[in-house]
Amino acid sequence: MSEPRVITYRQALQETIRAELERDENVFVMGEEIGVFEGSYKITAGLLKDFGPKRIVDTPISEEGFVGAAVGAAMLGLRPIVEIMTLNFSLIAIDQIVNHAAKIYGMFGGQSSVPMVIRTPGGGGQQLAATHSQNLEVWYAHIPGMKVVAPSTPADAKALLTAAIRDDDPVLFLENLALYNRKGEVPDGELVAEIGRAAVVKAGTDLTLVSYSRGMVTALEVANAFDEEGISIEVVDLRSLRPLDRETFCDSVRKTSRAVIFEDDMLSYGVGAEIAATIGEGAFDYLDAPVRRVAAAEVPLPYAKPLELAALPDADDLTRVIRETLDASGFRK
Amino acid sequence: MAEPKRREKANPQTGAQPRSRTKPASGANQAPEDSPDTLRGYYEQMVLVREFELKAGEMYARAKIGGYCHLNLGEEATVVGLMAALQPQDYLFTSYRDHGYAIVRGMEPRRVMAELFGRTDGVVGGRGGSMHMFDSELRMLGGYGIVGGQLPPATGAALAIAYRSEPAPDAEAVMCILGDGATNIGAFHESLNLAGLWKLPIVYVIVNNQLGMGTSVDRASAEPDLYKRGAAYRIPGERVNGDDPIVVRDAALAALERARVERQPMILETLSYRLRGHSVVDPAKYRHPDDVEEAKQNDPVPAFRARLAEQGVLDDAAEEQLHKDVEQTVAEAVDFADASPLPSEEELFEFSYATEVANMPNAYPGEPVMAR
Ligand SMILES: Cc1ncc(C[n+]2csc(CCOP(=O)(O)OP(=O)(O)O)c2C)c(N)n1
Ligand SMILES: [Mg+2]
Repeated sequence: MSEPRVITYRQALQETIRAELERDENVFVMGEEIGVFEGSYKITAGLLKDFGPKRIVDTPISEEGFVGAAVGAAMLGLRPIVEIMTLNFSLIAIDQIVNHAAKIYGMFGGQSSVPMVIRTPGGGGQQLAATHSQNLEVWYAHIPGMKVVAPSTPADAKALLTAAIRDDDPVLFLENLALYNRKGEVPDGELVAEIGRAAVVKAGTDLTLVSYSRGMVTALEVANAFDEEGISIEVVDLRSLRPLDRETFCDSVRKTSRAVIFEDDMLSYGVGAEIAATIGEGAFDYLDAPVRRVAAAEVPLPYAKPLELAALPDADDLTRVIRETLDASGFRK
Repeated sequence: MAEPKRREKANPQTGAQPRSRTKPASGANQAPEDSPDTLRGYYEQMVLVREFELKAGEMYARAKIGGYCHLNLGEEATVVGLMAALQPQDYLFTSYRDHGYAIVRGMEPRRVMAELFGRTDGVVGGRGGSMHMFDSELRMLGGYGIVGGQLPPATGAALAIAYRSEPAPDAEAVMCILGDGATNIGAFHESLNLAGLWKLPIVYVIVNNQLGMGTSVDRASAEPDLYKRGAAYRIPGERVNGDDPIVVRDAALAALERARVERQPMILETLSYRLRGHSVVDPAKYRHPDDVEEAKQNDPVPAFRARLAEQGVLDDAAEEQLHKDVEQTVAEAVDFADASPLPSEEELFEFSYATEVANMPNAYPGEPVMAR
């Protein structure tokens, strides 16, 4: 592999889709406003011009229809990459995702796989109000038969999207508006991740901080700030919510004895709940303090800026909870 | 980016010319009883919507407004015509492109602006923003941001009317506004079927501004004559010129009457052209410059003005005064919105439930739930 380049998350997605379209003619892209309009967030910019309307398919506003059509096309061996404009609109297609994409392989005795990718950005923080700001990835992560990946860096975006497109199962590929302009080093050439592997992106000894997707930006910022105080935080990027790499964060907690989970989603029944329970089962004897979750307030997200800010978890909230967790275990550096 | 193509003028399948404007001769459909005051009133409302929306765009650029913001620019005649037909006892549901409807239905422009600003005096206290105007007293039961999302609830409102009252000339009815793009979502078809099956008093108004974001009607709808899409559900449809408030009003009155008296659900398609981008941040480069130019020529606001001038209903002095009044209203709306307090953090957990819910984790981010 040659020298890594520094590119944005958006560019990493653009280049990967392009490369996979070139590599495999069964790959095609489908979604609202992805062709002529070049994508609501410009992830598919330029593709229609270069690949034509057979492979870059603009759809009507018919999420249930075109997501379901992707399921059927995948059953015949095509590899659709479906863009749902935002994760919120996946609710209209949820029956096709949960009852069809995720069930067909198992329910029909393994006779037909459903190799499709649903790319979609989730998350709040842009003042889009309650229906347009949700983190529904956990709904899909709940479903056996689905894979759910949520890269936070451009390199992971490339490696996981490549893997998702080549994967024989339906994959929900979670993006985030706030990540599209995030920059990072991305190796040239083939880069394929193993779906279901978390990454320790910062090694540390005093506390394990687990997050994913946009939450990773805040997690790293806070962990780095603690470095300056001589407090060493290990940061785990889940990267995949299903399959979930339980080993990596349990191993980390066995080393640090403390864990905090940071998520943009609401607390109840969330990713943090799953991680905390897993730590309770897999690393209980090693814990020096209760596992804590930092998540959004459980309200329909309001439009008004001060309310939105109060509802969403931020670096201050995370910093406070990390300190409380350290204090609860009598930690002194 | 692909070169923008000119929008097609004829339906390639039927050869029909449905998307071109059917311009009725000046005043052709005008009911004789329209007084000069009525006509001037409509015009003033159109100008108010125009100026309000231009101001909203400006305030967005100045970061007073956030999130998504979709304007009714180019739809002023449609908005005013529809709201003139809608009676006080009727219910209204719209899409997220809702500012004009909110104002002409009777919400104070300053409170609509305050909502855009996310302030406590906004029509929903700053919780909803641009896409989510609501006023239960005015029976405006919401702007909805999920495309097609308003259709099943609007249909259900019509079910409630049918449930508790009898058909009559003054019975309640529902008007449900949707875009051309929204006719492709399942909720549209399911709602139409229910309304047709149960004979509900509802008028579905398809505001065909010829674009759903960057997608023209013929690129999205297998039947681009949208008013015909009710045929499968035996719902009659009509297409009218959405640039003419009188034509729109009269068609809506007739449709509402059938809904009230016959319990016959109806489709009304109004044809207009979106003058700007899909939302204020969309430069709309996918449109052919000639289409944009043509749209300017057909701008419903100056067109109605010219008509009124021709009829001697509006002279220059009256026009000037009217503009002054509207500008003042809009300027006051901005001042009011700017002065209105931001909601305070303490109100965050209000309105999550209509009931007391004891086991809700009413915790701010990072607060332990069990501590409460
Ligand atoms: C279910 C769903 N899918 C996609 C979107 C994104 N979206 C918002 S408006 C819009 C276009 C709608 O066009 P149309 O119905 O013609 O209404 P207009 O904006 O022209 O008034 C789209 C695709 C959405 N809000 N909801
Ligand atoms: Mg439209």
